[in-house]
Amino acid sequence: MIYRSLFPRDLFAEFERLQRELDQAFGLPSIRGVARGYPAMNVGTTPRSVEVYAFAPGMDPASIDVQIEQGVLTISGERKPEAVPEGATVHIDERFAGRFRRVVSLPDDIDPNAVSATYRDGVLHVSVARREAAQPRRITIQ
Amino acid sequence: MSDQVVKRESAAREEAALLPPVDVIEDTGGITLYADLPGVPKDKLDIRVEGDTLTLEGELSLTIPEGMEATHAEVSLPRYRRTFTLSKELDSEKVSAEFQHGVLKLRIPKAEHLQPRKITVQVA
Repeated sequence: MIYRSLFPRDLFAEFERLQRELDQAFGLPSIRGVARGYPAMNVGTTPRSVEVYAFAPGMDPASIDVQIEQGVLTISGERKPEAVPEGATVHIDERFAGRFRRVVSLPDDIDPNAVSATYRDGVLHVSVARREAAQPRRITIQ
Repeated sequence: MSDQVVKRESAAREEAALLPPVDVIEDTGGITLYADLPGVPKDKLDIRVEGDTLTLEGELSLTIPEGMEATHAEVSLPRYRRTFTLSKELDSEKVSAEFQHGVLKLRIPKAEHLQPRKITVQVA
């Protein structure tokens, strides 16, 4: 949520466009709506895989829960707030703290058994393979 | 690609960048700043103090498979930038930084002679 208030307006127009493209590509609209929250997410596709990037800095990788069920990828966890020493003053408090959960509908052709997840520099990268059959094949004209 | 590098050097400040969210906490000894910069490796993080201006800048570096087509992007710019004006009592020479898992922790101590001192009132 915090990201939303920080981004300039024109970026939002851009997001909206990307959201529409996403909805089209994945054949949504999702019943869970298109609300953006924490962590911010980017999604991309290749002919062989679907790549999801969740921007969740400062986490212990073991505490992030990644699940795929019925073609829906769920990323959830909890981010602890920074400790404020006694007598200290908080001047700015923009960073997200608390429980989070985000959901991405994956295309039908994914293989839920071929998933890899890595956490690097505060970004969780989930790569889900797509089934062979779904990959484009060139058909030779006789 | 080389065009891009030249452009980056000459117009780094004008380029659009994401504004990273921060927490700023002040105690008697100084200020602690936390900034979320997910996707920025250590060597792409730049922290500068020029005069009384503190600039945080970081470039995103994600592992992107060849031929990937972005279908949805909430983080749609390749860099973060944010500047702060430091007040006089802060000792910019002694800034220390830690960076782990995309979270930057900066400690800016107050100049020693400016730290609050308890003055004992003598009874004459």
